[in-house]
Amino acid sequence: MKRRTLLAASAAALALATGGAFADGHAKTKVGFIYVGSIGDGGWNYEHNEARKKVQEHFGDKVETFFQERVPEGADAERAITQMALQGADLIFTTSFGYMDPTNAVAAKFPDVKFEHATGYKREHPNVSTYSARFYEGRAVIGHIAGKMTKTNKIGYIASFPIPEVIRGINSAYLHAKKVNPDVEFNIVWVFTWEDAAKEADAAKALIDQGVDVLMQHTDTTAPMLKAEEAGIMAFGQASDMISAGPTAQLTSIIDDWAPYYIARTQAVIDGTWESKDTWDGIEPGMVAFADMSDRIPEDVRAEATQMIEDIKTGAYKPFTGPINKQDGSVWLKEGETAADFGDDGLAGMSFYVEGLTAEIPN
Amino acid sequence: MDLSAISPTLLLASLMVAATPIILAATGELIVEKSGVLNLGVEGMMIVGAICGFAIAVESGSPTLGFIAAATGGALLSLIFGFLTQVLLSNQVATGLALTLFGLGLSSMLGQSYVGIRPPATEKLDIPFLSDIPFIGPILFNQDIIVYVTLALVIGTWAVLKFTRAGLILRAVGENHDAAHALGYKVVRVRLMAIAFGGACAGLGGAYLSLVRVPQWTEGMTAGAGWIALAIVVFGAWRPFRVLLGAYLFGGVTVLQLNLQAAGVAIPVEYLSMSPYLITIAVLVIMSSGKAKAALSAPGCLGRIFHASS
Repeated sequence: MKRRTLLAASAAALALATGGAFADGHAKTKVGFIYVGSIGDGGWNYEHNEARKKVQEHFGDKVETFFQERVPEGADAERAITQMALQGADLIFTTSFGYMDPTNAVAAKFPDVKFEHATGYKREHPNVSTYSARFYEGRAVIGHIAGKMTKTNKIGYIASFPIPEVIRGINSAYLHAKKVNPDVEFNIVWVFTWEDAAKEADAAKALIDQGVDVLMQHTDTTAPMLKAEEAGIMAFGQASDMISAGPTAQLTSIIDDWAPYYIARTQAVIDGTWESKDTWDGIEPGMVAFADMSDRIPEDVRAEATQMIEDIKTGAYKPFTGPINKQDGSVWLKEGETAADFGDDGLAGMSFYVEGLTAEIPN
Repeated sequence: MDLSAISPTLLLASLMVAATPIILAATGELIVEKSGVLNLGVEGMMIVGAICGFAIAVESGSPTLGFIAAATGGALLSLIFGFLTQVLLSNQVATGLALTLFGLGLSSMLGQSYVGIRPPATEKLDIPFLSDIPFIGPILFNQDIIVYVTLALVIGTWAVLKFTRAGLILRAVGENHDAAHALGYKVVRVRLMAIAFGGACAGLGGAYLSLVRVPQWTEGMTAGAGWIALAIVVFGAWRPFRVLLGAYLFGGVTVLQLNLQAAGVAIPVEYLSMSPYLITIAVLVIMSSGKAKAALSAPGCLGRIFHASS
C-alpha cells in the first residue's frame, strides 16, 4: 500500500470510527465561550462560565469547551472570536450585547462554525443564532418586593449601558414597585461599564449617601452588594446568587441559568440539527431563576412574590400589561394590552422610560 | 431633580476615598520620575498590590499586614523593572508597559482562589471630639487610617524633596545624571531605591482599592487607575501638592457625576465619564513635545538611560 493511500484510508477509518461529521476530521465537538468580564465577578460572567462547566460535565469526553474572558466589546472582540474559530471551534457563544456586530462579521467568514450571540438581535447569516433571557420578569418580582420593603421610598438602581435590556429592567422594576407603593422614587445611576468594581462601589455609595434603602444593580460585580451590606441597607443580587457578598443585605437575587440552553444547543451541533433561531426564555423554562428569599421579607410579601413568579410561569400574568404610559405621557399600552416582543415599541427595542420615572435616558 | 439630597459633607468624604488610591500611586511615581526614571508599570504594580494585600489580609485576618504585604509586593515587582532598566539598560517605556501587562496577568493568577471573598474590615479612625465638629469633622476626622497615611505621605514627600539632602540628591540624579555621577553619587542605587518606593506606594494604592474602597478582589479591578496616576504626576508638574490637587479633582469629577445622577440631575454622563481621560490624553500629548516638557519643569533626565561609562 502506498503511503498516500494508507493516510487516506486511515483518515477515513478515523472518521468512521468516531462518526465525526466535521470537515477537518476532529472527533470532539469544540465549544468556545467569549466573556466580557472575568469569570470571578460573582455575577454575569460567573454564571456563563458555570453553564460552560455544566456543558463539559454533561458531555464529558465528547465535547471540549474553552473560553476567553475579559474580551472588550468592539474591535478587539472580532479578533478574539476569529481566533477561537481558527482554533477549531464548532460552536461559539459570545455572551455580551456589544459582540453583536463582531459576531456577525466573523460568522460571515466561517460559514461552517455556528455562532450564538447573547442579548442581541442581529442574525445576518444562517450560522448565527441569538438568545437572551427575559430578565425583566425577574425584575418585576424584585420591583414588587422593593416597593413593599422600602422605608425611605427611595430605590437606587445602578445601570450599565442605556441598551434595551437595561431599560426594560428599570421599567419593569419601577412599574411593579410603583404599583404597591405609589410614593416610590427611583434614583438611577449610569456607570457606563459592565465590570468596574471601584466605580460600581462609588455609585452604590453615592446612592446610599442620598438615602436609598434598597439597591438594585444591572452591572456584573458584587461590589454594590458589598456596599449595601456595609451600609446596612437592602439589595438585590444580579445574574447570580450574591449571598456571600451580602448575607444580610440580599433580599433575593435574579439568577441567570444558561446551562439547559447551552447543553441543548451543543447537542444540536453534535446531531447536526442546529439551525439559526432566536430564543428568549424567561422564568418558565428556568432561564431566569431566583435565589432564596431572605427572612427579612415578611410572610405576606413573600407569598405575593411567589404567586407572581407562578403567574408569570403559567403565562397568567405578563409584567408589561396596560394601561402603561410612556414617560412623556403618551399611551404605550392600553388597558389590558400586553407588550409585543418585536416591532415598533416592542420589548426587544425598548428605548423609553415609562411614566413616573423622572430621570432621562442618556444617549 | 433634588439637589438638596446631595450632602456636601458626604460628597467630600467620598471624594477623599475615591482619590486616595490615585494619590498614593501618583506620589510614588512622582518620586520615581524625580529620580529620572519613567515607570509606566504603575497599573501593574497597583493590581499586584491589590491582590497581595487582599490575599494576606484574608489569610491573616489583619488589614495592616495586608497593606504591608501590598507595599512589599509592589516594591518587589517594581524591582524587576529596576533591574531591567538600571542594570540591563533596557528601554524604560517598553519595560514599563511590559510590567503592566505582567502585573495584570500575575494578579489574576494569584487571585484565582480569592474571588468572592470578603476581606476583614479596615477600621475607621473615629477621632473623638474632632469628628463631631459639624461639616469638617466627618470629612477630615472620620476616615480610615490609610487616608491619613496618604496625606502624611504627600506632606512628607514635599518636605523631603524641598528641605533634605536626600531630596537634593534625588533631584540631582533626575536632573542630570552625569553631573550627579561625577559628584560621586550612586545614580543607579538612588534610582533603584526610588523605583522600589514607587512600587510600594502603587501597591498600597491597589490594596486600598481591594481592602477599603470596594472591598473585594476582582480581576483587573484597578481599571486604569494607574494610568490616571501617571497622568496626574504630569498634570501636577511633579509637585506633590499639585498632584494631590489633581487627584482630588479627578476623584471629585468621578464622585460628583455619580451623585448628580443619583439626585436625578440630567447631565451628559458620557462626557463627564470621559473627561478625566480626555484631560489625561491632552496632558500626555503636551508632555510629549520637548519644549512643553521643559516648560512643565519635567526632570531633565526623565526616561534617559544612564551608564557610568558614557
